[in-house]
Amino acid sequence: MKTPTTLIQFLALILLVAGTPELQAQNIAIYGDTVHTMAKTAEGQWQDPIENGVVLIIDGKISAVGPASAVEVPEGTPEKRCKVVTPGLIDARSVVGLAGWLNIDHDSDHIERSSPMQPELAALDAYNPREPLIDWVRSFGVTTLHTGHAPGQLISGQTFIVKTRGNSVDDAVVQRQSMVAATLGSDALRSGKESPGTRAKQMSMLRQKFIEAKAYQEKVAKAAADEEKDAPARDLRKEAMGQILDGEMPLMINAHSSVDIQNVLRLQKEWQIPVILQGGAECYDFIEPLKAQGIPVILHPTMMRSSGAGKNASMETAAKLIAAGVPVAMGSGYESYVPKTRVVLWEAAIACAYGCEFRDALGLITHSAAALLGIGDRVGSLEVGKDGDVALFDGDPFEYTSHCLGTVIEGEVVSDIAR
Amino acid sequence: MSLHFRVQNRTFLQCFLLMLCLTFSASISAADVQAFVGARIVPVSSEVIEEGTLLVRDGKIEQVGPVKDVIIPDGAMRIDVTGKTIIPGLICTHSHIGWGGGGDSSEPIQPECHTLDSVDVRSASFMRARAGGLTLVNQMPGSGHLISGRTTYLKLRDGGTVEDLLVHDASGWPMGGLKMANGTNSQRSAPFPGTRAKSASLVRQAYVKAQEYQAKIARAEGDPEKMPERDLRMEALVEALEGKRIVHHHTHRHDDILTVLRLKKEFGFEVVLHHVSDAWKVAKEIAAADAACSLIVVDSPGGKLEARDIKLENGAVLEEEGVNVAFHTDDWITDSRLFLRSAALGVRAGMSREGALRALTLSGAEMLGLADRTGSLAVGKDADFAVLSGDPFSVYTQILQTWVEGKQVFDRTNPEHLLFAIGGRGAGDDTAYNCCGGEDH
Repeated sequence: MKTPTTLIQFLALILLVAGTPELQAQNIAIYGDTVHTMAKTAEGQWQDPIENGVVLIIDGKISAVGPASAVEVPEGTPEKRCKVVTPGLIDARSVVGLAGWLNIDHDSDHIERSSPMQPELAALDAYNPREPLIDWVRSFGVTTLHTGHAPGQLISGQTFIVKTRGNSVDDAVVQRQSMVAATLGSDALRSGKESPGTRAKQMSMLRQKFIEAKAYQEKVAKAAADEEKDAPARDLRKEAMGQILDGEMPLMINAHSSVDIQNVLRLQKEWQIPVILQGGAECYDFIEPLKAQGIPVILHPTMMRSSGAGKNASMETAAKLIAAGVPVAMGSGYESYVPKTRVVLWEAAIACAYGCEFRDALGLITHSAAALLGIGDRVGSLEVGKDGDVALFDGDPFEYTSHCLGTVIEGEVVSDIAR
Repeated sequence: MSLHFRVQNRTFLQCFLLMLCLTFSASISAADVQAFVGARIVPVSSEVIEEGTLLVRDGKIEQVGPVKDVIIPDGAMRIDVTGKTIIPGLICTHSHIGWGGGGDSSEPIQPECHTLDSVDVRSASFMRARAGGLTLVNQMPGSGHLISGRTTYLKLRDGGTVEDLLVHDASGWPMGGLKMANGTNSQRSAPFPGTRAKSASLVRQAYVKAQEYQAKIARAEGDPEKMPERDLRMEALVEALEGKRIVHHHTHRHDDILTVLRLKKEFGFEVVLHHVSDAWKVAKEIAAADAACSLIVVDSPGGKLEARDIKLENGAVLEEEGVNVAFHTDDWITDSRLFLRSAALGVRAGMSREGALRALTLSGAEMLGLADRTGSLAVGKDADFAVLSGDPFSVYTQILQTWVEGKQVFDRTNPEHLLFAIGGRGAGDDTAYNCCGGEDH
């Protein structure tokens, strides 16, 4: 008598679990008149878009992509249809989640001013997953953010990678530590007797920090090899600098003017560390050395203001970098006032209008961004086995008057506002 | 007699020479006639012409119509614009290009200050504005005061001094409005207001004083003995009270918007609401008060508390309520080169395409009191227009040419101009002399 009841209860529980919307929502078939997979062929060319295509997502992962006529969609799979389908968009350099929309002390955790170099600060500890700007960018197709501490200090802290969903940072996180954010030039100068007050001081302070980190690493190594020797007291700051020296975290340096970009090049040469140039308003004058030294660029938003360090910014820089074969992605960057964040969809659109081929421009915020961030195995293109992150549009995604109709993360519809 | 004859003869000769001269100058002025032939013309104040001719004489629009109907005078300069689109020059009702500012930090009400005395027309931002198809801007002081000063209407002519760009009224006086602001930007430590009620009360006090000054002048009936001492501050406010100076009022939050409408009712000044983040919340009230709105379009809400609820739908909601809507760049908040984009995003959020284009042109002209001179492609108006490669609201459309009063001030085929349109090394540097090297078209 007892057993059947338990069995029924058990079966009912299974049914209940299977019936919960969260689990069901991880399966979805998304049909598009045009599907831009943003995958690359073996020769490294963009794969042609699929006409009348479908992206089938099962358990949050892409299980099939192809012409609707050739893909078998299991009966009962929820579906969505639209004109244009793209991979979920990636903002390669954001501060969303740390720099809040209200721009008041209460919601501003993107910059810590107590010391000019704090590479140990983890973005994970400062990210607010309920920040309204996350919803905002998500409604324009953005599914992945490389976000964290903002430009504005010589070393402001770390960055990390999240999906634009989740009620806790643990729900959202993709990569807990990504890069260490540094800034060279006028944006990270301090006034009065505080350092750094000059560009030369910025460089010498960075060099000194690397020397200290190297010495610390040597002490640790010696202690590990010799039982007689005590290890130095642990120092999180030196350990974070050591992670850069070891190539575990690239140093992402925000620099715009010619002189600051030359300092980025020099620093990379001196320390042979992985460096990413971020911003780069005047980087069009340094394309060859950037390429030679293997420094990728997370470019400023195309609509960056033509003032201050960005006074000579060009709307054609993305096209120039792509043509030269420099790895490049686009980020919304940091805004201190209105608008508090930019939307990378719109920034790539302007890059497209100023010299980039359509898929090269879309690549800045999908495939190329994922590759640059080292998450190309999970996101950035619509290929079997990758995360089911998709953006849906009612026309050319770059047109001013098109709308993003929905956003899907790992098979879950996270936005269905037409915006 | 002979002497007399000779004199007469000389007079005749002079007359003859004068006539020759006139004939010659007539043929020269034929070259001052330009015919822009073959474009899709969007006049804004009348129906779209699919394949039209825009005829310009001496900087004014002489004729606009289908190619087959417009007869091009002999000697006119013919400019082939087949396949292009011509729209009226864009008008920015709220710009800070050539930033100069108005009042200083000494006090919250300084209407005596005038941006005419501070704007730098050789700033690179002026060339960027020309590259954006702009032909007229309302150059504004900032929003850090209740009344920060007088604004200046500037035509983006090819010129190196502010005087070259001024717009004059019938009496020869340079035209402009009065910049006011409420909300948090103008709240600071004393003597600035610390609350919204104090802000309104300080403004009210200033206008009451101006009314008294105005009454004293009226009572003097022109008698110099009875006239009050000249007071620049009072004079500017009296101009606003008398409708000679339109009030351009920065305002974001719904209650601040209603405060502006209350002051408008109390003092009767003509007002254009600027930015108006919360417009969608009080659209009916704005319509009922017959106040025009000049909107900012930004890429995300927030950035400051008051702009938390700003919506891309503001244009559509106000249009629906019958409010006269314009857009503005607030340059450098948004880039003048991308001004068309602001209206395009308005269309994205539900505004009509016609309404959105009007909001960049004729509506702006109305808000500056200049609709009789510019803002649409109508006969007799200034030849202020932009030539585009295609649909004004497509991201792929390029602005090819900008013309102010029949003179070209931006030419995309000119590498020096292109540098400002796209950016690059040297694009941030202010221009050495003027925008176009003095080339006369």
